[in-house]
Amino acid sequence: MAAKKMFGAANASILVTDLRRSFDDGVTRGYEWRVTQLKKLLIICDNHEPEIVAALRDDLGKPELESSVYEVSLLRNSIKLALKQLKNWMAPEKAKTSLTTFPASAEIVSEPLGVVLVISAWNYPFLLSIDPVIGAISAGNAVVLKPSELAPASSALLAKLMEQYLDSSAVRVVEGAVTETTALLEQKWDKIFYTGSSKIGRVIMAAAAKHLTPVVLELGGKSPVVVDSDTDLKVTVRRIIAGKWGCNNGQACVSPDYILTTKEYAPKVIDAMKKELETFYGKNPMESKDMSRIVNSTHFDRLSKLLDEKEVSDKIVYGGEKDRENLKIAPTILLDVPLDSLIMSEEIFGPLLPILTLNNLEESFDVIRSRPKPLAAYLFTHNKKLKERFATTVSAGGIVVNDIAVHLALHTLPFGGVGESGMGAYHGKFSFDAFSHKKAVLYRSLFGDSAVRYPPYSRGKLRLLKALVDSNIFDIFKVLLGLS
Amino acid sequence: MEGMKETVEESLREMRETFASGRTRSLKWRKAQIGAIYEMVKDNEDKICSALFQDLGKHSTEAFRDELGVVLRSATVAINSLDKWAVPKHSNLPLLFYPAKGKVISEPYGTVLVLSSWNFPISLSLDPLIGAIAAGNTVLLKSSELSPNASAFLAKTIPAYLDTKAIKVIEGGPDVATILLQHQWDKIFFTGSPKIGRIVMAAAAQHLTPVTLELGGKCPTIVDHHTISKNIKSVVKRIAGGKWGSCSGQACISVDYVLIEKSYASSLIDMLKPTIKSFFGENPKESGCLSKIATKQHVQRLSRLLNDPRVQASIVHGGSIDEEKLYVEPTILLDPPLDSEIMNEEIFGPILPIITVRDIQESIGIIKTKPKPLAIYAFTNDENLKTRILSETSSGSVTFNDVMIQYMCDALPFGGVGESGIGRYHGKYSFDCFSHEKAIMEGSLGMDLEARYPPWNNFKLTFIRLAFREAYFKLILLMLGLKR
Repeated sequence: MAAKKMFGAANASILVTDLRRSFDDGVTRGYEWRVTQLKKLLIICDNHEPEIVAALRDDLGKPELESSVYEVSLLRNSIKLALKQLKNWMAPEKAKTSLTTFPASAEIVSEPLGVVLVISAWNYPFLLSIDPVIGAISAGNAVVLKPSELAPASSALLAKLMEQYLDSSAVRVVEGAVTETTALLEQKWDKIFYTGSSKIGRVIMAAAAKHLTPVVLELGGKSPVVVDSDTDLKVTVRRIIAGKWGCNNGQACVSPDYILTTKEYAPKVIDAMKKELETFYGKNPMESKDMSRIVNSTHFDRLSKLLDEKEVSDKIVYGGEKDRENLKIAPTILLDVPLDSLIMSEEIFGPLLPILTLNNLEESFDVIRSRPKPLAAYLFTHNKKLKERFATTVSAGGIVVNDIAVHLALHTLPFGGVGESGMGAYHGKFSFDAFSHKKAVLYRSLFGDSAVRYPPYSRGKLRLLKALVDSNIFDIFKVLLGLS
Repeated sequence: MEGMKETVEESLREMRETFASGRTRSLKWRKAQIGAIYEMVKDNEDKICSALFQDLGKHSTEAFRDELGVVLRSATVAINSLDKWAVPKHSNLPLLFYPAKGKVISEPYGTVLVLSSWNFPISLSLDPLIGAIAAGNTVLLKSSELSPNASAFLAKTIPAYLDTKAIKVIEGGPDVATILLQHQWDKIFFTGSPKIGRIVMAAAAQHLTPVTLELGGKCPTIVDHHTISKNIKSVVKRIAGGKWGSCSGQACISVDYVLIEKSYASSLIDMLKPTIKSFFGENPKESGCLSKIATKQHVQRLSRLLNDPRVQASIVHGGSIDEEKLYVEPTILLDPPLDSEIMNEEIFGPILPIITVRDIQESIGIIKTKPKPLAIYAFTNDENLKTRILSETSSGSVTFNDVMIQYMCDALPFGGVGESGIGRYHGKYSFDCFSHEKAIMEGSLGMDLEARYPPWNNFKLTFIRLAFREAYFKLILLMLGLKR
């Protein structure tokens, strides 16, 4: 096994130069190349699923179903969609022209940005690496992927498979941590796509600013769940559980972070949750194989600290068991922790679920609005008016009513944040657009030149210009006929 | 500056309060504000033209064509289209998710900052303002201190017409901008140089504020004499208009330099000279139709560009400078060295280098050695050349057989790429520029699928795999027990 080479500034510079040469040579521009690369990614999904599942079990203790469905299947769908739609996506879009530019025709042409950098995260290491890469390749870019070092088996497997299958003159993987990422960020990229924390998002954007590099930042936040008493409680609770503990054990950017409900309804919610949690994970959830573990001891300690805080530890109404050696924390529910506690001040990203109670449900909107904008906000209710108000007044990356997280799987909806939860969006065609420059093209005729455009300027020209601006045919004629 | 700091904080507080009140969400309010901008421009045409004349020596016809007319048209389009723009976009969801619904709604970012420029101080302030208001934001405009009369007009008149709790103007220079940039905004829109663009983006990165940067570059103009010689008169006029007819070459989309085959260069020059005379007479300084240079410093910069002895030697027309009168004569250069300063920075003045090539195809290679410009212009009827230009170069936009007029086509996005900028606006793109596209998904509480929930088993895994592949028939077989 070869020793890992140090990757520093010089390596980063050579890497970018190489890829830029490939891009300038036109390697990535053609439809055929893009399709070939996408098909290779599909082969990776089809032929290497067991290895991917194994790597995810190593890195995260992820259950096979989650790996298979939330990483591989989602990727497979994403690739197939791109293959099916690519010709459409690549076609220029006609644009309308107006009287002021007549005679002319206009269109918008999608062109690749050039050489792009995708920095991925550890919680869905395959999905969050390859999905953006699908966008980058579909749009015709050369791309460097830096997977997260906190999921080392996945990172190594990604590097191996991508080198094996994809065109390394234009697609590369750089493994590593802070040193390597810093070296990469010093280079000039044509776009940077980052998935991770808001803290590092700032670092990425500041580095990008030096080169005027546009960015997509898929960050996170505390995604609230508002539970109305006018709902189907069993379905609600099952979806919350599946969306929280069933998705990487709460370590997902759109994980339900905390629940808001009325004082009256809370006991019912808690009882229903306890019941369904037992149905899903048995009487001894620490032994259940159906949940990912906590990724590493740093995060375990972080979550421990959230639970151990004074005024919080006595609010546990279910769970709370911890096992540091096996990096497990039981599904834990807390009731009415203080708003200024640590657990309510940072994105939990773990299997802890605070429930906050209010006198009436409307107050939940104010609670949410007083906090940084999250990536997702959820509401469970039958009440149409409440749904309307929620959708229009709560600002978040995306809003989901009566379900959790599924909007991730919908390629017809843009997936991205706002404010602290990020900027830009992707999935489906939005991925293609995220990695494209939409170039405006105007075709004008050399006939039909109006003296109005040129000096020397005069009142008559001014009147004609005014009429043109108003696109008022009558005024134009009047001026031309000298009647005005 | 302490006073300014307090003013900024107080303004922000008031704008955020106004935004939170929901007043700017109403389409009626937005249309009323945009209508007020329209009225303000119409009522004060003379004052505005006078201010522009004082700041830049702009003739009122040029002022109308490039500034007032643009704003009037932009306001009209926004008012007429706002209802359509604000309609949610419905998305089709896959059958698996039936009866779920998906849509995307445009919501305002919140409180936004517009940093304007001095060369088109009215349109580059009011046009983004219209976009910000149309999208429902509260907005603070900082006008440029280098166009003091226009800035004073805006600072004095906007409060008389618009909702002062939602729309504010601050005058000042870099020190005021620095104070503004220390605060958190929900969006920043900047028009100016790439150098300051970097500073703006770096400041925005501290708060994860999305930015639109309308920057500049050297906009090349290819003249393919072979295929347009029949219309050469129009071509020459358009080039001359694109260089000297709009703010004396101080526009982000001005013709920066021309590329033409060596054998045709002198006939081009021979046609440009009388064209200049027809525009500005014998003494352009006294014509009243040629804008001034912004400040003495800008004149000195242009002077310095011309002082390079090799550049001096290339002057074939003009070259005189009157620093007192802020005047630089319309100047033509023939083949200044490609490594001279004037060929490596955006000229932003009335100096036109003509660069000759042996074969017009070579012009593409020259363009590619420079940063991506805001616009590329090409006068040609050669379809092959057009295709090569479109696919081998990158720029904000490409216009064939004309210059500058893409600005008037509001169905085309106006913005740069690479060094020439991030983001775009005009027409609906202005509305989108200041909006967060929020995805909304609504699921149904009925129709719950057991396969969604733990404990996991092979049946559920197979079910979900098939569901993701939308293999509905196989799914039915599975459920009927007819498939393993």
